[in-house]
Amino acid sequence: MYQAVRRWFDPRELREVGETPDYRFSLANERTFLAWLRTGLALIAGGLAVAQFLPPMPVPHLREALAVALLLLGGTVAVRAVDHWARTERAIRLGHELPASRFPAVLALLIGLGAVLLVVAVLVQAARNP
Amino acid sequence: MSPEREGPGQVGSEREGSGRDAGLAGERTRLAWRRTVLAVGVVAVLTARLALSNGTVGALVAALAGLGWLGVLVATFPRFAGRRGDPGRALPVAALVTAGFAGLGLLLVLASVR
Repeated sequence: MYQAVRRWFDPRELREVGETPDYRFSLANERTFLAWLRTGLALIAGGLAVAQFLPPMPVPHLREALAVALLLLGGTVAVRAVDHWARTERAIRLGHELPASRFPAVLALLIGLGAVLLVVAVLVQAARNP
Repeated sequence: MSPEREGPGQVGSEREGSGRDAGLAGERTRLAWRRTVLAVGVVAVLTARLALSNGTVGALVAALAGLGWLGVLVATFPRFAGRRGDPGRALPVAALVTAGFAGLGLLLVLASVR
């Protein structure tokens, strides 16, 4: 854990192993990281917006639970983004296979599941108070 | 704005080389950084707004949110302004400050539940 964090900040780890690739590869890797970071920022902004702009829901604390889930997901996406960037950069320099990851699939499933649950909650509420 | 970008007159002669593509890769990365720093600013404003309903401690958290955005701006400025070369610490700083905003948001939401 600590080693991984040190590796993100250690330029030697990412600048001196293996061979320097065509820098367009590094820039593409950096942009992929930035796209992930913006995904995380969007989730965090969603959580913050839910916490302060959504009116209280019929289920107690559902609003807070939703905000907490979005904030946790957003934070996870941001940390995973920098870890994946570092591991990809290393793989490019060493000529290894790019690191495979289940994370995008898990994230998509979680968000889809959350959306389905919210649709159910809205329908239940509409059925109760016609 | 970006001296390494080629003028339209050079497009034809550079089509086979990597020069033109190289300039665009740098420019796309610069623009991606700008979008990201803007998004961090939006998150900082939302965090500060949520925090300001929590009295003195809330004002401190709001100030922290502003400082976080400034920190990202300063740490990523070389990428943002498009200087070539080493990304340095810009990437982990941006990611960890983002995770920090998530942490601040969690604290604020949990504090409002009690």
